[in-house]
Amino acid sequence: MKKLLILGAGTAGTMMLNKLHKELDLDEWQLTIVDQYRTHYYQPGFLFIPFGIYKKQDVIKPKYDFFPSGVNVIFNEIDKVVGEENKVLLKGGQVLQYDFLIIATGTQTRPDETPGLTDQLWRKDIFDFYTVEGALALHQRIKNFEGGEFVLAITEVPFKCPVAPIEFVFLADAYFTKKGIRDKVNITFVTPMAGAFTKPVATKMLSQLLEEKNINVVADFYIERVDNENKQLVSYDERTVPFDLLTVVPVNMGNDMVERSGLGDDMNFVLTDKYTLKSVKFDNIFVIGDAANLPTSKAGSVAHFAGEILMENLLSAMEGRPLTAKFDGHSNCYIETGFGKGALIDFNYTTEPLPGTFPLPGIGPFGLLKNTKVNHYGKVLFRWIYWHILIKGKELPIEADMKMAGKKRVES
Amino acid sequence: MAEKMLAGVLVKVNDEGYMEDASQWNPEIAKEIAKEIGIELTDKHFEVLNYLREKHAAEETLTIRKVGKSGVVANIKELYTLFPKGPLKFSSKIAGIPKPASCV
Repeated sequence: MKKLLILGAGTAGTMMLNKLHKELDLDEWQLTIVDQYRTHYYQPGFLFIPFGIYKKQDVIKPKYDFFPSGVNVIFNEIDKVVGEENKVLLKGGQVLQYDFLIIATGTQTRPDETPGLTDQLWRKDIFDFYTVEGALALHQRIKNFEGGEFVLAITEVPFKCPVAPIEFVFLADAYFTKKGIRDKVNITFVTPMAGAFTKPVATKMLSQLLEEKNINVVADFYIERVDNENKQLVSYDERTVPFDLLTVVPVNMGNDMVERSGLGDDMNFVLTDKYTLKSVKFDNIFVIGDAANLPTSKAGSVAHFAGEILMENLLSAMEGRPLTAKFDGHSNCYIETGFGKGALIDFNYTTEPLPGTFPLPGIGPFGLLKNTKVNHYGKVLFRWIYWHILIKGKELPIEADMKMAGKKRVES
Repeated sequence: MAEKMLAGVLVKVNDEGYMEDASQWNPEIAKEIAKEIGIELTDKHFEVLNYLREKHAAEETLTIRKVGKSGVVANIKELYTLFPKGPLKFSSKIAGIPKPASCV
């Protein structure tokens, strides 16, 4: 039996396992997946927990629910990949041989990378919402927040789901408005980037929305440390932002296993060919999802679109054919804007998010770069789509390559 | 795309003044771009610029953190001292490479 091994059973790894289980001849291929944790999180749902919209039980299910029958599942920590010998070492000395390896170990938040972040105010007045524990703790604090400086700060790029922090401040605006204390809360969005978002046309649209909602933006603010005594953020160029309640997007890094394996960049993201999705170091190692150092969003939608390309190239590699499928960096994100509305963006490596309709040109039903109720329903429905279609590796009626039809070119 | 006369060379630049063709770059051009920003270039500046150009040629993604940890400067703070207000934006501009795209 030939062996295909997947490292990481999150969104990308589980989805690939399901796709491969359907595609490969299981008399010929043995499929194995490794992960150290048993719980699968619906991560897009974390955003809603602080505002009491979702509860913990809305975002967790056992990983086992999503594995097809007849595959090997190993719950253990990964020590490292030894690419030259086609093997993976697990904690405790277990050795797994492979013919082909897929790395899907994702990205992790590393609050310890920012001085002062995890000191005395951590989980008291300083929170994150990229872990279920952080999101739940933040919910308790927000419930009792009576007013003052409410700050969302991004510590470093790249980070998972680049629109989540913007959605977070939009939802905070709606939450405090409904609670009747919006006039007592000063909401500030702090980013190391030059604006609310990196791409010009989307930044313009989002900046207007932020302004309408009276949310301050502090741009080009690269955090050096968090000053717990004076409750302020301090940047490398010695500017400060005061806070009463601070929510951070911590530094994101790939799994330490990537570093131990010598496969990654300085942030432990696996060096990956951005078109073929193959590791730049080994011809039988492929990479999918947040673990890859691709110049596109770290998001489930990207993993979904990349999945089709990876499948095609993996089958080619297994049969010794050249890798002809090329990933275009396609990404698609709903942006929750509060008060039952949402926006939607669709883009790739070369085309920035543009206005228009999606997925059907001229029809929609979703409006690109528009703030509509229908887009919000798209986001609400997505949780069902995620659990029932996406991670089960089933087809969605959206093509892997981004389409220009239905999009309008505009000047930024 | 536009063209701009810098140190006696007609170079291709984008709307924000970033050079479109890194191969047109030379140290004299760097000095002129730096002067527009208000930075007087020292040998230390050029060490950073050369590092950026090398990494750009190798198609590596550049971040402030990466430059700060590269050993070319002692730390991120020094990078800010060399290129105040926009350590990566300004250094990239002076190095004749595209504006760093950061994430997304």
